[in-house]
Amino acid sequence: MSNETTLSRRGLFMKLGILFNGCVAAALAVPIGKYLLSSVTRGRAEGYLSWVPLGLVSEFPEGETRLATFRNPHVGPTDGKTADTACWVRRVAGDQFQVFAVNCAHLGCPVRWFPQSGLFMCPCHGGAYYRDGSRASGPPERGLFEYPYKVGNGVVTIQAGELPTPGPSAELIQIEGGKEKPCA
Amino acid sequence: MRLISQIGEWFDRRLQLAAPIREAVEHPVPRNTASWWYVFGSAALVVFLLQLVTGILLALIYVPSAGEAWSSLQALNHDVTLGWFIRALHGWGSNFMVAIVLIHMMQVFLFGAHKFPRELTWIVGVFLLLMTLGMAFSGQVLRFDQDAYWGLGIGASIASRVPVAGPAIVKLMLGGPIIAGATLSRFFTMHVFVIPGMLIAFVCLHLLMVLRLGINEWPVPGRIVRRATYVAEYHALTKKDGAPFVPYAIWKDLFFAAFVLLAVAACAIYFGPFGPTGKPDPTIIQTVPKPDYFFLWLYALLSLLPPSLETPALLIGPVVIILGLLLLPFLSGEGEKSWRRRPIAVLTVLMIAITLGTFTHLAEYAPWSPQMNAWSGEPVPVRFLNGTTALERQGALVFQAKQCRNCHALGEKGGRRGPDLDSVAVRLTQDQLIRQVIQGGGNMPAYGKNLSPAEATALVAFLETLHPAGQAAARDASRDVVLREGQ
Repeated sequence: MSNETTLSRRGLFMKLGILFNGCVAAALAVPIGKYLLSSVTRGRAEGYLSWVPLGLVSEFPEGETRLATFRNPHVGPTDGKTADTACWVRRVAGDQFQVFAVNCAHLGCPVRWFPQSGLFMCPCHGGAYYRDGSRASGPPERGLFEYPYKVGNGVVTIQAGELPTPGPSAELIQIEGGKEKPCA
Repeated sequence: MRLISQIGEWFDRRLQLAAPIREAVEHPVPRNTASWWYVFGSAALVVFLLQLVTGILLALIYVPSAGEAWSSLQALNHDVTLGWFIRALHGWGSNFMVAIVLIHMMQVFLFGAHKFPRELTWIVGVFLLLMTLGMAFSGQVLRFDQDAYWGLGIGASIASRVPVAGPAIVKLMLGGPIIAGATLSRFFTMHVFVIPGMLIAFVCLHLLMVLRLGINEWPVPGRIVRRATYVAEYHALTKKDGAPFVPYAIWKDLFFAAFVLLAVAACAIYFGPFGPTGKPDPTIIQTVPKPDYFFLWLYALLSLLPPSLETPALLIGPVVIILGLLLLPFLSGEGEKSWRRRPIAVLTVLMIAITLGTFTHLAEYAPWSPQMNAWSGEPVPVRFLNGTTALERQGALVFQAKQCRNCHALGEKGGRRGPDLDSVAVRLTQDQLIRQVIQGGGNMPAYGKNLSPAEATALVAFLETLHPAGQAAARDASRDVVLREGQ
């Protein structure tokens, strides 16, 4: 209690000054924090994942897997070509498709399709996948990422907008190696 | 001359810096620290200054925009006078800086300089190492090419594995849902403002402590560090056997710094700038991304770890390593300084150096990566086809056409993902070959669905011819018996 009794006027002003600065800093921290975290908080906003057309059904022959590209639904002013994305489209039969992300489920390198051996191979760490996207060999712990798709008016559309990563993020469907696939 | 000294006095009356600077440069150091072993810290500082200067020069031209960065690097390489040289200096300076910081750290550890009372100097040094690595990685991103783009994808894939917070960390790191303009902008901010600012502050702190606490004396076996007596002993040593840092010790620092700068410049002229490789266009997937030299060991580790260990190793490993480095001076803050009496310290350094060196060496030719063009680019060596039947030759065709070669070498050419097949017939019998091809296993995909029975028969027939001339192919010993009994 002795502190309170010996608190001088100047000492009080200094403490008030520090408190005042603390309040202003806290008030400013809110908008700064919101600004810094905007890329995270924006994530669940409406339309973040959007339906993007890939092309006519007729462009994808039955039983084959073709590379298709699309423009990411969210494009920034300085994105340039980086907003273009590639994906592997497998037309199983009729309107039945599988659309795979090119990103390897191990660490995201672009996998290539080899129709002769029916394998996707990753150039980085040697991950390999079968034609249905399930894991064949190498370090990936799961199959390729798959985009949800729709077919309407003869056009294939996929739901895209996020970089697929092996963490729990992706809204994309997970294919367990060797098991029945949940979609398509 | 008088005029200059008058001007000097005018400034010093106002700045009052001459006395403390003189005190700092003339502070006594133990004579035997004027050694070529003590030059790495100052060399790291000089290379850092080179990076600051060349970095500012590059920023005159470089455009941190995902759409234009690559073109601005091309302009630096080809259009701007000596732009390639400044880029090369910055790139090689980065490699030299990481190398010198690592050597400096190793020397400090082996000379026991992390012990009392220099614990905080070591801790600040650990942060300086982390920042140096952060600069190296963010710099690689700023060289916005295919390697940078896919390198970011790898970074995002690693970050995404953090439990619960993973997706948020990925978006925070990328500045959005994908690798794009915002990603480059924030790595630019880190590389140009945030980390260099912190580096400058921490370097000042590091230097201040070196000056205040004195440079570590040359370790003598048997001279034990004790908290109670060390400071007095050190002062007695510098008093008895000390010499002013300038000029007694500094000339070696000056010579080595100049030599390092010359070496950076020589590498820059001889080898030129790093990249940029192909355009950072995600629709061009014919690329084999590889990290820069000092992250190659990590590339190797990520390929060689068993999948189940990967995520724990990625998430827990760095924390353990950094904590270990930070706690080191508290765990061994006293005792012997000399490496001659610290065998475990020497062995630890050797083991880390050999491990990192081996991983780096492996990553340079990446035996775990399939060679994506081997199947169409590397013909089957003629000696494997001489005297073969039509069926076996058909098998060789299947072998190439089904991309087996991407993972299996023949005659030293082809992928190394799987075993070389030059003598596979010695290792596996016909039945085992059929089983391996059809069902896969080990680390090989199953080809059952992608080979017709005729193709499989031909392929196995070819594989059975792959054995050295004087060595017979492996046979199932029970087969003859079974066949005989069946007759």
